[in-house]
Amino acid sequence: MDNRQKEIDSLKDYKYGFSTDIENTRAPKGLNENVIKFISNIKKEPEWMLDFRLKAFERFKLLKEPDWQKPKYPKIDYQDLYYYSAPKSMDDKPKSLDELDPKLLETYKKLGIPLQEQARLNGIAVDAVFDSVSVATTFREELTKHGIIFCPISEAIQKHPELVKKYLGSVIPITDHFFATLNSAVFTDGSFAYIPEGVRCPMELSTYFRINASNTGQFERTLIIADKGSYVSYLEGCTAPMRDENQLHAANVELIALDDAEIKYSTVQNWYPGDKDGKGGIYNFVTKRGLCKGKNSKISWTQVETGSAITWKYPSCILRGDNSVGEFYSIAITNNHQKADTGTKMIHLGKNTKSKIISKGISAGFSDMTYRGLVDVSSKATNSNNYTQCDSLLMGNKCGAHTVPYIKNKNSESTIAHEATTSKISEEQLHYCQQRGLSSEEAVGLIVNGFCKEVLQQLPMEFAVEAQKLVGISLEGSVG
Amino acid sequence: MKEQLQKDFNNIIKDFSLSQKDIEIKKFFLDNFINRGFPNKKEEDWKFSDLNQIIRKNIGELSFYSDYKSTNKVDTSIFVDGLEHNKIVFINGRIEKIDFDYEKKDQIEIIDQSETINEFNNNSLSDLNNAFTNKSFKILVKEGYQLAKPLIVYHTTNTKIWSKNINLRLDFELNKNSSLRIVDLFNDTSEKNFLNIFYNFELKENAILKNYKIDKFENKNIKYSFNNIDQEKNSISETFILSSGSNFVKNEINCNLKGKYSSAFVNGILSLNNDKHHEIRSIINHLTENTKSYQLIKSVLENSSKAAYQGKIFVNSKAQKTDGYQLSKAILLNKDSEFNAKPELEIYADDVKCSHGSASGSLNEDSIFYLMSRGLSYQQSRELLINGFLLDVVEKITDSEIKNLIKNLIGIKE
Repeated sequence: MDNRQKEIDSLKDYKYGFSTDIENTRAPKGLNENVIKFISNIKKEPEWMLDFRLKAFERFKLLKEPDWQKPKYPKIDYQDLYYYSAPKSMDDKPKSLDELDPKLLETYKKLGIPLQEQARLNGIAVDAVFDSVSVATTFREELTKHGIIFCPISEAIQKHPELVKKYLGSVIPITDHFFATLNSAVFTDGSFAYIPEGVRCPMELSTYFRINASNTGQFERTLIIADKGSYVSYLEGCTAPMRDENQLHAANVELIALDDAEIKYSTVQNWYPGDKDGKGGIYNFVTKRGLCKGKNSKISWTQVETGSAITWKYPSCILRGDNSVGEFYSIAITNNHQKADTGTKMIHLGKNTKSKIISKGISAGFSDMTYRGLVDVSSKATNSNNYTQCDSLLMGNKCGAHTVPYIKNKNSESTIAHEATTSKISEEQLHYCQQRGLSSEEAVGLIVNGFCKEVLQQLPMEFAVEAQKLVGISLEGSVG
Repeated sequence: MKEQLQKDFNNIIKDFSLSQKDIEIKKFFLDNFINRGFPNKKEEDWKFSDLNQIIRKNIGELSFYSDYKSTNKVDTSIFVDGLEHNKIVFINGRIEKIDFDYEKKDQIEIIDQSETINEFNNNSLSDLNNAFTNKSFKILVKEGYQLAKPLIVYHTTNTKIWSKNINLRLDFELNKNSSLRIVDLFNDTSEKNFLNIFYNFELKENAILKNYKIDKFENKNIKYSFNNIDQEKNSISETFILSSGSNFVKNEINCNLKGKYSSAFVNGILSLNNDKHHEIRSIINHLTENTKSYQLIKSVLENSSKAAYQGKIFVNSKAQKTDGYQLSKAILLNKDSEFNAKPELEIYADDVKCSHGSASGSLNEDSIFYLMSRGLSYQQSRELLINGFLLDVVEKITDSEIKNLIKNLIGIKE
């Protein structure tokens, strides 16, 4: 009973902080060619994939770790990490859920993502990624009927090499920056989605990432291709156990939208943020980039960032097709000793391209939050338009909120407008709410939700409810 | 460049009788500069303007030695008419004249301070300035004295110099309740020189400083100007920048609001044509409670000109009740013109009101249509709109005498 009580107490702040006791298969520690060959081998990858990885690794050896970001972190020893870790039971791929290790099923049930047929979330197809492998993907038959491919990327490499070959690395090339290149060399699993021409995906696709093993870096890779005239909405959720060490998560996400296609990508990121004194937590260094390749295409990023010790990511849109649209909606919340440096890049290349950036940052406790963004209108992007709004809310005078936008306009027929404000919750608003019988915590919750509403509205229903709750929980104890 | 620097430095040292210690200090800064070279775009603060490139492209090899032993004749025709004023005249970087004729002599002190070193900026240009500045003065305004007439600092260069680097430095100390108006007027007939100017202002309680920097006359020089302003309680600083004439200019304003209720205003116009490239960078440090800053920068860009604005509002955790505002707007008139901005907020206090805005685009076609439908030609409508756009900034000038002077200079009609 005592132990149980202890567990409950320790999980009060971060309810996903439990770990699953499961036997793992690991790659040898460290980063070298042999490890990359090991990963490639265990995934039974074709030759070209291994070449891709090795090329990236060659490049990686030449790169220097960047250090221009605001949140500094102690040096990561890349040789002291495991680059592959998977539950032993996954060595021989289970054919169906019945063969799946019950411990894994239990884990996902605890996380609120039941994988079994009868309990599945309605209308959402889930790809569950556990450490370095995808353990299950739901609703596959249903999706296949529409010609949609939704599977772990390692499976796609084997079954749909023509698509993977064509698009993998086309948005984030292997010569990109440090962490992206590292990912290209050692990525383990992730999701792959292909929506054929003219198909509107009948349900939300979703991936749930879980880090379990300690001392492991998670490097997943997601590739989504929306063919001409198609539509897809994709969700991503993440959690990790509570550990005193910092763990690295360096994912690459590539989106490609062809003519008239639309991709909506939503993230609720709730990695373990570390304890009250800033010990432990995930380093979330993610590269997300979408390419509006075709005419009239649209990519929209929505993110709710509440977890991670350090969040460092800039989901971006390259608006290459004429009339393409990029959107970025973000809520980032930092509390205690969390740090975030996040924002977006909108690269306007095509004519009549439009982008919109709405960013809301809330910092409390001893945390530090930076919005960093780039709007670049090239000389060919005639008649383009950007609107940016970044608002920050500060709670207490031990935290920081920063805004660093870069605005480049090389086209006289395009307009760029940028607005940013920083303030605190006004006494009047608090007073008004309290007068009407709300406690100060409730009042703050209400005001913060109002502050975030513009972004929360962009999330799919099920996610929005969850995210709203998360916003409340993340700020608990930061008032008064 | 290294050999040239060493050689010119040795000549400079020969010309001036400096103590061994001062030579050591200057040597230290020279070595610093040799190590770092001119700033390039790898440095965050120079991202939008790669000075190293610009100097290489426009000037080529620079020389750093100027013969300051012989005097230059002051051409009085450059003096501003119709406005009584005090004068400091620089010709090719040499101080030729300091005159405070209109003021009480015992209220102003002019201190020769060749040996002191400025350390308020950590870029390599400050090293260069420290190594080569020969003679620098400190102008001290005594407690309670408010200068009757404005001070105009004439920065004149003539055809005697070519491919030269010129380093200037002036210090000002405004004591309690004093006030000073300074107009920096650039007048160049020289070409292809690099001017490196450092000003340092110390504002004591209730002091008021108004600084107007006018670079209007067409010339092919490259300029860097750095203002450091330290402000104590209740002091006010107003900086106005008209950036238009030179090939390249970067104005930097670094303002430290150290005393309660101190405030800083920075307003600027970047009006560029041809392939000029100008930048304004401002850093306002709110270091204590109840300080205020306001910035308004407007750019009008023709041909293939390029403007950049980097503005930063920093608020530390003690600076509650800060009010910081920053707005930059740009009109791009040509498809080859370019505007870059980086308006930055760095805030560590919660009870603050800080905002910034930035907008860039073309002239509003609807407004042009409106004016043309009332009988104006396209050209007239365009001029009217641009005038109105810029007048907004000129109207922010609080001194009416100087406002008129500047309006005349730019040719803005009301």
